[in-house]
Amino acid sequence: MSNKEQQQAYAEKIKPLQPKPPYFMNCLKAFLVGGFICIIGEALQKFYMTYFNFNEQTAGNPTAATLILISALLTGIGVYDKIGQFGGAGSAVPVTGFANAVTSAALEHKSEGIVLGIATNLFKLAGAVIVFGAVSAYIFGMIRYAFKILM
Amino acid sequence: MEYLWAFLVGGAMCVVGQILMDVFKLTPAHVTTSFVVAGAALDAFGIYDNLIKFAGGGATVPITSFGHNLLHGAMASSEDHGFIGIAMGIFELTSAGISSAILFGFLVALIFKPKG
Repeated sequence: MSNKEQQQAYAEKIKPLQPKPPYFMNCLKAFLVGGFICIIGEALQKFYMTYFNFNEQTAGNPTAATLILISALLTGIGVYDKIGQFGGAGSAVPVTGFANAVTSAALEHKSEGIVLGIATNLFKLAGAVIVFGAVSAYIFGMIRYAFKILM
Repeated sequence: MEYLWAFLVGGAMCVVGQILMDVFKLTPAHVTTSFVVAGAALDAFGIYDNLIKFAGGGATVPITSFGHNLLHGAMASSEDHGFIGIAMGIFELTSAGISSAILFGFLVALIFKPKG
């Protein structure tokens, strides 16, 4: 038997022994946590639109910054990890999950020093989001721009 | 009413992420990257703007809006500068998010001690 077949046979063999994730409960928790974070975001957006000079287009910027500040602080005191254990994707998909990835990667490598530890590892986990976002935005932007010229 | 739609739409996006994690066994990093690409793709067809009008915070808080903002900045700047504008404007709208993530992440890592 080749190595690959052996791996497949092993994966088949242990399948009944692996615990099945509680799909419904996980989804419900993710829904509640994610929805709650979005309500906070909506409230912040309203706050910035009423008390500061932001319109619907620009209010997203300070809202994201405030959520990132809250999430970074919660990560620092160790609360966000607990929210993440409970909420699963509900805490990873909102922009707070991005800030959590940045802060936790930096905290984890703090012992290696400020430059080589914190600053180097700041985007260790969250860098993938920026790379894929920029590349896809570039490609879609090119396509849309090409369409606009041709049409 | 706006809060209800924000809750429902934002929660639904997180359920999609949870299903990708549980059923398709993706890591959270894979889920967030695919959400960013999906946000840029939806914006390319003009769908995401309607979702924001409809759900407010439910559409701007999930990471899909990051991809949407990247493309939006690129397109706005390409109006003035053409092809080169795409590269110039790509981080225009998201710079607040990225710079605050760098600043707060760095400061928190300096001040707090790692847990666990």
